[in-house]
Amino acid sequence: MIEVRHLTRSVKNFKLNDISFMSEDGEFLVILGPSGAGKTMLLESIAGIVPIDSGTIIINNRDVTFEPPENRNIGFVYQDFILFPHLTVRENIAFGLKMRKLSKDEMDDRTEKMAELLGISHLLDRKPHTLSGGEKQRVALARALVIQPEVLLLDEPLSALDTRVRKTLRDEIRKLHDRFKINTIYVTHDQIEAYVLADRIGILNEGELLELGTPQEIFQNPSHKFTAKFVGFDNIFRGYAKSENGILKINLENKIIVEAFGEKTGNVTIAFRPEDVLVSTKPISSSARNTFEGKIIDMKDEGALIRLKIDIGIPIYAVITKKSFVEMDLKSKSKVFVSFKASSVRVF
Amino acid sequence: MLISFMTLGLIIFLFLFLPVVNVLLVTSPHAFIDALLDYEVQYSIFLSFYTAAIATLLAFIFGTPLAYILARKDFPLKRIVDSIIDIPILLPHTVAGIALLTLFGESGPIGAILSSYGIHFIDTIFGIIVAQMFVSAPFYIKTVRESFQEIDPRYHHVARTLGAKPSKAFLYIELPMATHSIITGCILSWARAISEFGAVIILAYYPTTAPVLIYKRFILFGLSAVIPITSVLIVITLIIFAIVKYIQLKGTKEE
Repeated sequence: MIEVRHLTRSVKNFKLNDISFMSEDGEFLVILGPSGAGKTMLLESIAGIVPIDSGTIIINNRDVTFEPPENRNIGFVYQDFILFPHLTVRENIAFGLKMRKLSKDEMDDRTEKMAELLGISHLLDRKPHTLSGGEKQRVALARALVIQPEVLLLDEPLSALDTRVRKTLRDEIRKLHDRFKINTIYVTHDQIEAYVLADRIGILNEGELLELGTPQEIFQNPSHKFTAKFVGFDNIFRGYAKSENGILKINLENKIIVEAFGEKTGNVTIAFRPEDVLVSTKPISSSARNTFEGKIIDMKDEGALIRLKIDIGIPIYAVITKKSFVEMDLKSKSKVFVSFKASSVRVF
Repeated sequence: MLISFMTLGLIIFLFLFLPVVNVLLVTSPHAFIDALLDYEVQYSIFLSFYTAAIATLLAFIFGTPLAYILARKDFPLKRIVDSIIDIPILLPHTVAGIALLTLFGESGPIGAILSSYGIHFIDTIFGIIVAQMFVSAPFYIKTVRESFQEIDPRYHHVARTLGAKPSKAFLYIELPMATHSIITGCILSWARAISEFGAVIILAYYPTTAPVLIYKRFILFGLSAVIPITSVLIVITLIIFAIVKYIQLKGTKEE
């Protein structure tokens, strides 16, 4: 269990502002946010690497707020590995055990077992500079895990790796977490990483923890405007909402009226996902839908999917499969009909 | 542009290189051997190397912590402390000698205290060491400080999260990572200490270090008498540097 209460830290004109959250035993918590959001600072504060101005940090019912890092029993992994360059892989992994004054036999035993688990047994006698990025990060993970930390803090551990290695290691990190049931806080700016790994996601922006929820909650039902934009709602507009018979009618720039569910009226921001927009060459008649006629103004091939930019008075994005793209014989400037459910429109 | 740069560069390179080569060229092999076998020459060179080594060892012991603090910590008046360390480099060496004399002389505040314990600085190897250390330690401190600054503080942080106290993190991680620069700093400092003349001669005319011996013989017997000694000193210094550089290079390759 790790609990952070009202954590605040100011450095020059940046502030980690009153961060509070609680992570239950064995949870994999991802802190998602853009660069400069304060993610690394948050982790370093929890680890005791940087001082905090105020707040409380509790690990397994122990208040560690005033403990130095060496007394917190935390595993920390940085994006760029920070392996000790003058030590071999074995010495790197065993460093924490050496500090704990374990016997040579136990040190070797635990180091070798951990190395085996991470598939780096054959590298034990090598120096870090001879390793690939993926291998280096495995060593860094082994070094952090071998001390059996109560909390594992991972600072964008995959960002410095190439795509293929990233995917493999991402899955392995989750597996390691499940095996050791270790409380993990993982920070990243990568939405997909967050979605795939997290039990819960916290959104951090400009030093504020905006919201915390399951990936489904965060991605499908973000409660914050920033979250919606950051996790990939490309259709995000400002408008003026009026309530009529329990349904919101939102006027977007006096060009179109979009229907949605919700309470908020007046000036609002609405968002809906490109995947939720249905595209057709024939008129769509359905009372529950926002249906518009428009013209394709841009098309982008994204592999299996085609991303369309359609002018329906305002430009919106839609994503369709390549198959339906071909079937409908769409071209730039083609006339199309689009529709999306009122329930897929988020109102902030 | 390249041609003119190369020409200008060559001129200063020759300016730096030719005097050393020339003094070796004008030395007759016979006189060189004679100088090498001269007991006073042998002793002065040994003394210079020995005292400079002690001055360097002291710079290592006291200078390494200072270099680390300057590299890692912020404190009030840090820039002033920094500038003070540069002063010995800027001072004329005779001025440095006089300044040291006022402090370490028999009537100086430190000299008075230590002389009651039998440690004297006038015409003793303590005086030589003090003079050499004053002018050479700044080179050590600056070199090592720069190297600590280049070590990402996160190495320290990671070591801490793994259970190392600050002193252990320094001893096991940052100090070994700075080894290369510490050796470089020691060589620089040691060489500077050997070469010191002005400050040394003011504190200790005796026992005679190599630079002082060369000066003394130059005054007493003229140029031809000191050329062989100069060459001996140059050759021995170059050999030692070559050995140290070789060891260092081997160390880097193995890393």
